[in-house]
Amino acid sequence: MGRRRASQLLAGYRQFLLGRPTPSSHEQSISGSYWKLNTWRPCCMFRVSVGTPQASNYLNLGKTYAIKQRSFGSAATDIPRNPAFSNLNADDISYFRTILGERNVVEDEDRLSAANVDWMRKYQGSSKLLLLPKSSQEVSKILHHCNSRKLAVVPQGGNTGLVGGSVPVHDEVIINLALMDKIVSLDKINGILVCEGGCILENLSSFLENEGFIMPLDLGAKGSCQIGGNISTNAGGLRFVRYGSLHGTILGLEVVLANGTILDMLGTLRKDNTGYDLKHLFIGSEGSLGIVTKVSILTPPKLMSMNLAFLACKDFTSCQKLLLEAKRALGGVLSAFEFMDSHSMDLVLSHLDGVRSPLPSSLYNFYILVETTGSDETYDKTKLEAFLLRSMEEGLILDGVVAQDINQSSSFWRIREGISEASVKVGAVYKYDLSLPIDQFYGIVEEMRNRLGEAAKVVGYGHLGDGNLHLNIMTTRYDSDILAQIEPYVYEWTSKHKGSISAEHGLGLMKANKIHYSKSPETVQLMVDIKKMLDPNLILNPYKVLPQSCFN
Amino acid sequence: MQKRGREEERERSEAKTGHRLVGARSGSEMKVMVAVKRVVDYAVKIRVKPDKSGVETSNVKMSMNPFCEIALEEALRIREAGTAAEVVAVSVGPAQCVDTLRTALAMGADRAIHVDAGAAPVLPLSVAKILKALVQVEQPGLLILGKQAIDDDCNQTGQMIAGLLRWPQGTFASKVVLDKEKQVATVEREVDGGIETLSLDLPAVITTDLRLNQPRYATLPNIMKAKSKVIKKVTPAELNVELKPDLEVVQVAEPPKRKAGVIVSSVDELIHKLKNEARIL
Repeated sequence: MGRRRASQLLAGYRQFLLGRPTPSSHEQSISGSYWKLNTWRPCCMFRVSVGTPQASNYLNLGKTYAIKQRSFGSAATDIPRNPAFSNLNADDISYFRTILGERNVVEDEDRLSAANVDWMRKYQGSSKLLLLPKSSQEVSKILHHCNSRKLAVVPQGGNTGLVGGSVPVHDEVIINLALMDKIVSLDKINGILVCEGGCILENLSSFLENEGFIMPLDLGAKGSCQIGGNISTNAGGLRFVRYGSLHGTILGLEVVLANGTILDMLGTLRKDNTGYDLKHLFIGSEGSLGIVTKVSILTPPKLMSMNLAFLACKDFTSCQKLLLEAKRALGGVLSAFEFMDSHSMDLVLSHLDGVRSPLPSSLYNFYILVETTGSDETYDKTKLEAFLLRSMEEGLILDGVVAQDINQSSSFWRIREGISEASVKVGAVYKYDLSLPIDQFYGIVEEMRNRLGEAAKVVGYGHLGDGNLHLNIMTTRYDSDILAQIEPYVYEWTSKHKGSISAEHGLGLMKANKIHYSKSPETVQLMVDIKKMLDPNLILNPYKVLPQSCFN
Repeated sequence: MQKRGREEERERSEAKTGHRLVGARSGSEMKVMVAVKRVVDYAVKIRVKPDKSGVETSNVKMSMNPFCEIALEEALRIREAGTAAEVVAVSVGPAQCVDTLRTALAMGADRAIHVDAGAAPVLPLSVAKILKALVQVEQPGLLILGKQAIDDDCNQTGQMIAGLLRWPQGTFASKVVLDKEKQVATVEREVDGGIETLSLDLPAVITTDLRLNQPRYATLPNIMKAKSKVIKKVTPAELNVELKPDLEVVQVAEPPKRKAGVIVSSVDELIHKLKNEARIL
């Protein structure tokens, strides 16, 4: 049976088992098991292990997998529900109804079940209420009430986060900003866009492209992710190497604090040195300090010409040298520099439809994607080709292709952007997002390959231009033994080499107790003090980001 | 009988131009000529100009017509199979056509010819006349074109030039097999009723359809080689072709926007609307 049909059947069967409707096609994946945080800390979730013949073939395990028996974890989780939080009652719900109206207070099980699970299907909460405010005032009233009643809340956007930060752990009330999707204004001379926090990134991009601008960030989840969520996670993405971090491109924010105060910091000025620049606290705070309701962002002008090259390198040292050369030779027009190893290419070619390798012969060790964006196509193309030919003569590149039209560019990008999607199809994937110094970059991938041997497939890819490695370890099913081999080794290794355990994904729930690998105790203590000051009842996105032990 | 006809034609054209045309009709030295067109990139969202005189083409990404890419790929495969010795790419249009020809050279064509026809768009009949003049100079054994260009969707140039040259034509080709000794091309065509197989004597005109092949990418070694390849420039005047447009574009307008659908609340309302508004019941 076809691969797609098999995965549909498995997903459907799993959904049936869990009593949930089959998800839309864009959500389907066949990784069906919920992850245990640690061998001695099971989560309160259904544990369904799903393997497939394709996965077992890919991993050369030679066994045929039938759908495994599911086992229920116990209802109690090792992250205990904070007893200080109240339980939702009928009065709360009717109060929310008076603020939001009937339709935007959702108790319907089907919609709740979708909002309770994250994109990777790794984390599942048990919230009983989903709220859809339409304005900052409504958000303020909701939070004011929740704060006075000590009801925990989870701010939610597109629910595409990869560390479980966007879904409830227990029964927190979900506040989803999907209805706050208006574009307020666009300054057409400076490209300053003001919009609400629930705008979907792709919609903003389309709107801006019509006006001659682009969003300074771009990521694979753009069809679903909301700008408020992007800001709360300080999303990086594919254009980071050219346009920099959101800390630089965000000019202002409107944030609602835990007690309902609407903090209007929605400036549209490039320079404003009046006092402490508080918006930076909220950028990357993952919804634990406030809910971002409005955004003012500086958008760069849309440049007409884009050139893309897909290259093959022999070893990682060549990739590093190539990066240096690219930054020198291409200067201001370099807009993306991505890398992937041969295992990632293999993964994509075997699990995605309609994808072919741009380079004719067999697998090379490393692949690099170089993109330039500028205003003169012929000039940029000449510059790019000169750089590539020189690199080839110096032996940095073994082979490469230059995309000749938009279709070819899209297909090259599809390969790089499809790795994440393909990794989910193997069965179970452990994802790590690390910032590492350039000379240590690939070391961890090789270490993990040696450590895990035949038990798992390890791929490394990522934003080489930003020093950001995505390490994916794939097995047919989630397994505590394999997890023990991976963690805390990966974190310790990263810490030893002065890297970051979360380059762009954030800490969320997955790494909530791991911050000490990358930050000093004094720094963490100050973060805890700030959290307690802004959210004394700890109702905003509890159990995440900062270690639980700091709050006891 | 056919062979004699061709020799007579050769003598006639020799007499006309005064050149001794070097015959390149034998298989070992066969040349393949590919005509390529520079069009708005297939993936671009096109917009109509406010004065409705045409489609917005300034500041828009332009690329080689996808069917022309397929034609070029087929020519390269024919050369790689040993059936032909040389692939010549030709493009008719303004100065920027050179970019498209560079792509053709980067894909592997041996040389290129740019016929500079100025900025005004050139219609299929004019292109066909120009190609005929070039064919008489270059004497290819095979002329391959894309079946149509995605900007005008005319689907005429291949057929017209076959008529002007009195060469056999195999259009909408989904498979091409050449026999060097017999100088015959077997072409499978995609037609409405299915697949039709034709046998054509060379020289012939073939126009390519989507399923013929998947074009290759321009690899760096080929891009490097392309730098030393020649792009020859000619004008229509040098080819004794007068470009006289016989068609005038009166207006270009967007198709009427689709009206939004209506969600009905009950089956009765649906029947009512089908009866009274859509009038199909």
